[in-house]
Amino acid sequence: MAETSLETQAAEKPAVVEKEPLFGKKERRLLTDPLDDNNPITVQVLGICSALAVTTLVIPSVVISVAVVFVCAFANLIISVLRNRIPNQVRMIVQLVVIATLVTVVELVLKALDYGVYKQLSVFIGLIITNCIVMGRLEAFAMANKPWKAFLDGIGNGLGYGLILILVSVFREVFGKGSFAGFKIIGASPEYLIDTASISWLGWYSNNNLMVLPAAAMFLIGIFIWIQRARNPKLVDIS
Amino acid sequence: MHSTGYTIVFVLIMTSVVALLLAGMYTVLKPIHDVNEKNFNRKEVLKAVGSVFEATDGKSVESLSDTEVEEIFSSRIQQYAVNTNGDIIEGVVAEDIDMAKERKKPESEQKLPFYIYDGGAEGTYYIVTVRGNGLWDEIWGNVALRADFKTIAGVAFDHKGETPGLGAEIKDNSAFPRAFVGKTIYSETGVFRGIDIVKGGVKNADYEIDVISGATVTAEGVEEMMDRGIEYYENTFEDIKSDGKLDGKVANKATGMK
Repeated sequence: MAETSLETQAAEKPAVVEKEPLFGKKERRLLTDPLDDNNPITVQVLGICSALAVTTLVIPSVVISVAVVFVCAFANLIISVLRNRIPNQVRMIVQLVVIATLVTVVELVLKALDYGVYKQLSVFIGLIITNCIVMGRLEAFAMANKPWKAFLDGIGNGLGYGLILILVSVFREVFGKGSFAGFKIIGASPEYLIDTASISWLGWYSNNNLMVLPAAAMFLIGIFIWIQRARNPKLVDIS
Repeated sequence: MHSTGYTIVFVLIMTSVVALLLAGMYTVLKPIHDVNEKNFNRKEVLKAVGSVFEATDGKSVESLSDTEVEEIFSSRIQQYAVNTNGDIIEGVVAEDIDMAKERKKPESEQKLPFYIYDGGAEGTYYIVTVRGNGLWDEIWGNVALRADFKTIAGVAFDHKGETPGLGAEIKDNSAFPRAFVGKTIYSETGVFRGIDIVKGGVKNADYEIDVISGATVTAEGVEEMMDRGIEYYENTFEDIKSDGKLDGKVANKATGMK
């Protein structure tokens, strides 16, 4: 788990106690920063493991994203509420228990709501517990900030993670399997929208098997990081 | 710094709260989970006769609601638990059999689910459950046979952790299960031969199936699971063939187990 350097301005306590607005500029930045300038995957380089594993298909990626937003937000909230009462010697264990509880809640609810998706995802839902983003945010942010801010930070980071996850999965599913969210677009059989077997000038096209392997996600995330830093040079030396 | 006593009390309170919360949620949601799981598994069975069902009812098994699955199971499906001797095991419901556990027992002690599907005008179909190993973890499936006990009418596979896009295609790519339809698992002379998954093109369309490229190990697993799994039911097939009904009395037990 990597600790990050971008938290400094958010983590320090204001010298003069001023009235904090419920949804001011700072709060909005907590939500929007992780989407781009402080993205947990491409800038903080957290949660890579699951970003490689679950992104072969769009729908599971969306479900995982929603689950991570939920877990991240509420783990941040709970830890932030308890932050002055958690004994320092066992704080990581307390964080882990909170995360594991929330993940189990997600698992139980998903199993009741959509058993098919639960079956498809079962292992990966459990693996949210080991997602570095969740614990990283607890250590770096929730332990030092007020509950409302921590909650927003959790949502922001969950969304930032989900954004990359869904982007990667769209590329991988479309080019690897010729489908988008299960809807068959291109492939060599009549059930696809574009049937490469019947259109002669498209006969060369075939779905790229590399895209369904985790290595493809590594390449894609690498390309995202490249594009993001080319666009925004101030990120280059951050991590 | 908090004292050791405080730490212990804190941890005790926290774990109790968490344990109570999760136990409560589990108890409340358990009935829903059970219904979901049951219907999911029933759909898996029906998928093996999916094409027959579509022909008679004009819709796919996938689109059925829970109540429709319930209705079909009670009106068209008879289920039995059998063993490799062809005996019917009383008091065991086929759909409750956990194949993952049965697989670990010696062959003669295994309980096997056996379903008879009444397809109306389409005739009767027999569905058996098979289970084996893929590349990463277990694979399993339901196989529907026509009334001649020779011809495959449909298969539906599932897996625990095969690679998406490669091994997972046994489930995700509808062309793979469709390739099994019409294959014969007995030769003309009545010898069990199962199916063959081959590379480089199918030469004998009676029992050969083209492999999924990049999924050799999973395909070998499918072949092994089909050949072994279906043979377990040979005595049950013989029982029905001898007098047209399943009564656990096999006329010719000698042809059975190896």
